Amino acid sequence: MSEVDETAFEPLLSEEAQKALRGPLPPGDYYLFGSDACLEGAVFAGCRYYAGYPITPASEIMERAAQRMPQVGGRFIQMEDEISSACSLIGASWAGVKAMTATSGPGFSLMMEAVSFAVMSETPFLIVNVQRPGPGQGYITSSQEDVMQARWGHHGGGPIIALAPSSVQEMFDFTIQAFNYAEEWRVPVILLADETLAHMREKLTVPPWEKIKVLNRIKPQALGIPPEKFLPYEPYEGKVPPMPAWGDGYRVNVVGLVRHPDGNVTKYSPEMHMACVSRLVQKIEDHADEIAQVEGYHLEGCKNLVVAYGTVTRSAFEAVQELRGKGRTDIGFLRLKILWPFPDGKIRSLIKQVENVFFPEMNMGYLVHPLRESLRDRAKQFISIPFLGALHSPDLIIGEIIKVIAR
Amino acid sequence: MKRYEIRIAGFGGQGVVTVGKIVGLAAALYDKKNAVQTQSYGPESRGGACKSEVVLSDGEIHYPKVRTADVLVALSQPALDIYLKDLKTGGLLIIDPLTVVQEIPRTDVKVVKVPTAEIALEAGNKKFQNMVALGALASLTGVISRESFEKAIKDSVPPKTLGQNLEAFKKGSEYVRG
Repeated sequence: MSEVDETAFEPLLSEEAQKALRGPLPPGDYYLFGSDACLEGAVFAGCRYYAGYPITPASEIMERAAQRMPQVGGRFIQMEDEISSACSLIGASWAGVKAMTATSGPGFSLMMEAVSFAVMSETPFLIVNVQRPGPGQGYITSSQEDVMQARWGHHGGGPIIALAPSSVQEMFDFTIQAFNYAEEWRVPVILLADETLAHMREKLTVPPWEKIKVLNRIKPQALGIPPEKFLPYEPYEGKVPPMPAWGDGYRVNVVGLVRHPDGNVTKYSPEMHMACVSRLVQKIEDHADEIAQVEGYHLEGCKNLVVAYGTVTRSAFEAVQELRGKGRTDIGFLRLKILWPFPDGKIRSLIKQVENVFFPEMNMGYLVHPLRESLRDRAKQFISIPFLGALHSPDLIIGEIIKVIAR
Repeated sequence: MKRYEIRIAGFGGQGVVTVGKIVGLAAALYDKKNAVQTQSYGPESRGGACKSEVVLSDGEIHYPKVRTADVLVALSQPALDIYLKDLKTGGLLIIDPLTVVQEIPRTDVKVVKVPTAEIALEAGNKKFQNMVALGALASLTGVISRESFEKAIKDSVPPKTLGQNLEAFKKGSEYVRG
């Protein structure tokens, strides 16, 4: 046997620290990789099941899960592919456990069938998509090319919730929020990260545990609903149906067909079909303002609006600050933290009238379309600033803005 | 401190990512600065020009990558060839003269030659050359305290090799102080 070069490996944690990690990260400051912060957020949120198949640039999340899930009493499984990974999240979720996987482009495509099934069966889970460029195998660097796929890639196109973090701190915070959304609304949630963010190190501050909000799904027993009166798809107070786990003593119907509130799929009618699917759509779309998270900066007197999401936020904000520092105080900034449901109402409440809207995206210009719809009557022109394979430099964004405003 | 940008580049395996990580960790956790560290990824991270970047600031750091580097550490000829253009006028260039052999095509930067591999070998093992480079970087820039660096090294290397790593770090910083 060849001699192992121990110096080649960095210790993940000292023995002492290992012992302290039988639970979530204790409050304090850490210098962490984005991928690690994401998985630690999941651990904090109570995720105790990870199934996945490695793919660059998402594999580091899986590596951390392999280490951490057993430490915190969870389960980690490397599956044979992304199809089974995503499908097993459905099973884990109905067993009463918060479940997640992480993948990238091609793997995300393979997970679409399970996302669609989860939308219909109202199964909460989290998929982290560390986006890489496509189409095909594309490349392995940074991308935001799956933002439309996250919403529309699965057949039937039922609504999901998608978040776009932009820092290591947010990889932690947004992952917890993502699980909260999944549990509250009973939907699959997609965290849209990218290679730059997953492989970035920054300080993570874990606040005192009691300051972090963690939501759990409502079970019928908690509402005092007796098993004989329980209807698996009857929403509680017009929101979502309570969700029992297998073994709780309730009828657990995991249904991917259109059905009546009692789970019956045989007495089909177009009316029942319409009622079933429109409820799934409305439970998210009607609450889009409540779910939306949009941040506005320098919007007073703003004639030129820059909009960004995800890691590109950082390049765009730097560009905005630099231009404002040079006297262009008519430039404002809007950051989308939630991409789906598209925060139409929130955007319209912040933006009344501007001249130009600039939208840098690490794709060929995708979310500029729903944005144009939102601000159809409130801006003269929309300028997409596409860039592929790497983060936009602030200079690129500044150059594109100057081209227009210097006219 | 305003935005301060450091880029470390070299052959894959020379430990440039570790150097970036330690600079970031020392600044963020022990010097209470903001520090973002990124690295090259994919095929370009192998071969001759693997790179690691750290942006430091007392304020918030938005764009996480280097725009105009204040410091370039080049441990290979391809690394110098590719990244020298992004070093600002008056910037600091640290090279290993045994691997960066061609003449430096710029005269508006401050060049410091540190035979990192050679010094590391004297300290015990060639593979600690990244710590020699880190020591030189620490002394020449002075933006992060020595104590913070030592704590960050302790957090980042296997306990068994801590002594050798610290020794290499020390030798690197002593070499540039003369």
